[in-house]
Amino acid sequence: MNRILGLHVGVIALLLALHFVLPDYHHVSLARILVLTVYALGYNLLFGYTGLLSLGHALFFAAGLYGAGMSMQAYGWTAGPGFLFGFSCAVLMALGIGLLALRTAGVSFMIVTLMFSQVGYLTTLYFNEHTRGDEGFVIPLELRQVFSIDLSVEDTRYLAALALFAVAVLIKLAIVRSPTGRILVAIRENEERTRMLGYDPFRYKLTALVLSGAFAGASGAAYGILFGYVGASFASIQYSILPLLYVLMGGVGTVLGPLVGTVAMFYLIDIASGLTSAYLFFVGAALVILILVAPKGILGSIRDRWARWLP
Amino acid sequence: MTLLSARNLSKNFGGLTAVKDVDFDLPEGEIRAIIGPNGAGKSTLVGLISGRIKPTTGTISFQDRDITRLPAHRRVAQGIAYTFQITSVFANLTCRENILLPAQRGALAAAGPFGRIDTDALNDKAEEILARVGLGDRADTKATEMAYGHQRLLEVGMGLALDAKLLILDEPTQGLSDSEIANFLDLIRGVARDTTVLLIEHNMTVVMELAQRITVMNFGEILAEGTPEEIRADDAVQRAYLGG
Repeated sequence: MNRILGLHVGVIALLLALHFVLPDYHHVSLARILVLTVYALGYNLLFGYTGLLSLGHALFFAAGLYGAGMSMQAYGWTAGPGFLFGFSCAVLMALGIGLLALRTAGVSFMIVTLMFSQVGYLTTLYFNEHTRGDEGFVIPLELRQVFSIDLSVEDTRYLAALALFAVAVLIKLAIVRSPTGRILVAIRENEERTRMLGYDPFRYKLTALVLSGAFAGASGAAYGILFGYVGASFASIQYSILPLLYVLMGGVGTVLGPLVGTVAMFYLIDIASGLTSAYLFFVGAALVILILVAPKGILGSIRDRWARWLP
Repeated sequence: MTLLSARNLSKNFGGLTAVKDVDFDLPEGEIRAIIGPNGAGKSTLVGLISGRIKPTTGTISFQDRDITRLPAHRRVAQGIAYTFQITSVFANLTCRENILLPAQRGALAAAGPFGRIDTDALNDKAEEILARVGLGDRADTKATEMAYGHQRLLEVGMGLALDAKLLILDEPTQGLSDSEIANFLDLIRGVARDTTVLLIEHNMTVVMELAQRITVMNFGEILAEGTPEEIRADDAVQRAYLGG
């Protein structure tokens, strides 16, 4: 128990230390990575722990992003209320879509979630005069602050991203180690057996989806506020696939895997796209190698070989 | 006092009638065995009782409460535990986790979604149940790494951990060695002190040793019901099942 908590607090401390030593470019990158990791942490809760593969999580990310960005722009709200509004949008969206999509399972669930998220994407394009569609909009600089702290400057932005990550990772750790987390894993392993132990699978899958949507919404809202831009590309299919890649890379069903995966995938794309416009080739090649060498992802393989105690 | 009571219970699968117009009563505290040839409808009957299968017609009541329309997971909360014929423990989880899952159900239901549960007490309970089924030294072994007989025992342990009023065991001794069967008989006799037990069993030694009453099924109907002695002496049963 203490070893596990120590590891996670240690990782947070390490990220705090990096704040003081990283060169500018990587400092900005890592702030982005931490916000996206929160997205992947939530995705893993649904995919890695509960065994539900969604292809529509961009909808929840975008709900957070647009919920925060549009409410701030329309009402002149600052970051605090904007974040809470975006977060709530994503939670409600996940609840509504969960009630419908969880009537399906397996491939149908993937298709239904994909469809809903495409509807979301097309909606952002259709209501172009409010959302500015593909082109997107910039959240005014003077609104991107909380308690008079300016979140648009590098230092505070990094620390805000780290704070969000820290809260998210500790909440996730608490969830997966709780009795509820145990039931989510049981549903992944054998849903019918779980029902016969007295648990309603639908209720727990809905819980997992809403929690996962909440993480995605928090990440989306923070992304908009910290980096200042809201656009339709964040609602596109690409942003549904990204957390899946992060999780596969880092380790399905591990708490810290999404961080490892997001760092690896972010830098892979970053470096590859500096070399060639066909950077997706490198992403594909990396995934093929991963499946061959370490099918459980980086941290998943480490857990299997050296550290079975990892949550 | 009658714990479980079924009236006019039928189940059709397409054209096949697996259970036909069955009336079934189970008094509290009894160990009851259901026997019958393959395809007699035994598993379907306990499937109907546990809620895994929805009846075509008929009603089921448990503790004088109509549970016909209650989904399976809520019947577990009422006190009906079912252990699977085909072993379906959580293969990738340790024995401890396999037992903790059913063991935490009651505490979780009592505490509510945000309540705290006593994890130490829960762990103690899991240890105790593992010891009872003879897996005390295997708490940290993954279920899939154990022999089939041990997985069967784990399955029974999961049923015990639910603290049920009615424990349904579907062919629990299948694949167990003779010494494991002897331990199993002791285990069930202990359980039966405060739990009603309904078991489907092919091993006649187990049936005759354990059951206070026996229900014999054939072609989806109840052919006979009585004490082991009565069943042994019954002509119809002899012809249908015990082979003359």
